[in-house]
Amino acid sequence: MPIVISKNKREAGLLNAVREISGVDVARCLQCKKCTNGCPVATLVKVPPSEIIRRLLLNEDDSTVNSDLVWMCASCETCFSRCPMQIDMAAIMDALRIISIKRNTAKQKGNVPLFNKWFLKTVKVFGRTYDLGMIAAYKVGTSNYFQDADKFPMMLRKRKIALFPSFKADKKYVTRIFKKKN
Amino acid sequence: MKYAYYPGCSAESTARDQYMSIREVSKILDIELIEPKGWTCCGSTPAHQTDKILSLALPAANLLMAKKMELDMVVFCAACYNRMKVANYEIQKYPDIRKEVADSLGEEYDGSVNVHHFVEVLIKNVGVKKLQEAFTHSLDGLKVANYYGCLLVRPKEATNFDDPENPTIMDSLITIMGGESIDWPHKVECCGGGFALTRTDVVIELSNSILGMAKAAGAECMAVACPMCQVNLDLRQSDINKVKHSSHNIPIVYITQLVGLCLGIAPEKLGMDKCVVSPRSIIEAIKSNY
Repeated sequence: MPIVISKNKREAGLLNAVREISGVDVARCLQCKKCTNGCPVATLVKVPPSEIIRRLLLNEDDSTVNSDLVWMCASCETCFSRCPMQIDMAAIMDALRIISIKRNTAKQKGNVPLFNKWFLKTVKVFGRTYDLGMIAAYKVGTSNYFQDADKFPMMLRKRKIALFPSFKADKKYVTRIFKKKN
Repeated sequence: MKYAYYPGCSAESTARDQYMSIREVSKILDIELIEPKGWTCCGSTPAHQTDKILSLALPAANLLMAKKMELDMVVFCAACYNRMKVANYEIQKYPDIRKEVADSLGEEYDGSVNVHHFVEVLIKNVGVKKLQEAFTHSLDGLKVANYYGCLLVRPKEATNFDDPENPTIMDSLITIMGGESIDWPHKVECCGGGFALTRTDVVIELSNSILGMAKAAGAECMAVACPMCQVNLDLRQSDINKVKHSSHNIPIVYITQLVGLCLGIAPEKLGMDKCVVSPRSIIEAIKSNY
């Protein structure tokens, strides 16, 4: 996707914020594009990993946080694993996601932040994940009730998914971890 | 052989089959697995996408439990394994992170608990000789595509599992069991992982390419070491066929289920009835060594 640099003065805020959260020095990038060549979703997105870095270095702000890759990156870490400069691209993507939530940017297809929120909520409440609970909450949140509706009876019959949450976790540490985070 | 064993949340839900097979296999091979009492979630992908310290403190809490038990930690779930290895790596490498994690936990953890994957325990600690002696059955030349996925092998700096581009540890286990590990290029490709629910379209794209490559390479089944990969490749296979007009019909089993079969354990005890794509062809291929 072409990178359009507007004449308006822009803040170099995003690059600094990414650096602060991830601890990664983006400026070492050679633009060799090994990350993009190995990225499993590169063909499905408009802005591949190497272009994210280019945009960061050009101080492109909003369009970078709103890039489709931010919530389509599968965190597979192929990019980091193959980078000749050991740039932790996966950490950069995590930083962009954290910034995107902080700025409350437009929700993308699939609403991954909502899923993450409910996943972590079940961990906070039960100490362990509760699949059916978070799936139900996510489905209500996305009004997508029918996807996979045919699968749950079969999964429950095979006991391939738990009906009830686990109550065996000792929440001593978990409670403190979540309290400290807020 | 005694270890702290972290089953991971999926062991109680979508990966009960994996849990059952590990328990059965360990019984026969004299591997004592003790679960840290009250173990909690590792945070998986949602945690590291949300907050760095959260994503390190959650696995560290469980590692701290193992430290108090004075045992090494054994994990099977690739995501849990990855998060624990990354937590140890970051805590050891960066003093300020160690301090922040300690503050979050309310206790100091130094990143010193050794974390092993169950397959590593089988090959490196139980050993090839003891395994060969214990196997009563053989895979009898069954063509197996070993699928490692992302989180065991990457990032190499933290997990140090095997070669990040061409791992072979699962292949060697299959060979010991008398199976044929096929050489194929999608061993460490991504199946779409945590997008199972949110971006099913991405899972269908990526998993379709993996299933297609396994088929092209002549695989009769796929052995996996990650609960997320198992669900994406097995449960989603019918959806993939529908969307992609393909005809995939390849059983996706945990490598521990194959180990169990070769130890003479009944398929039901290994949870093989939970597979969506029938593993009947695998069960029928198993031959007694006697």
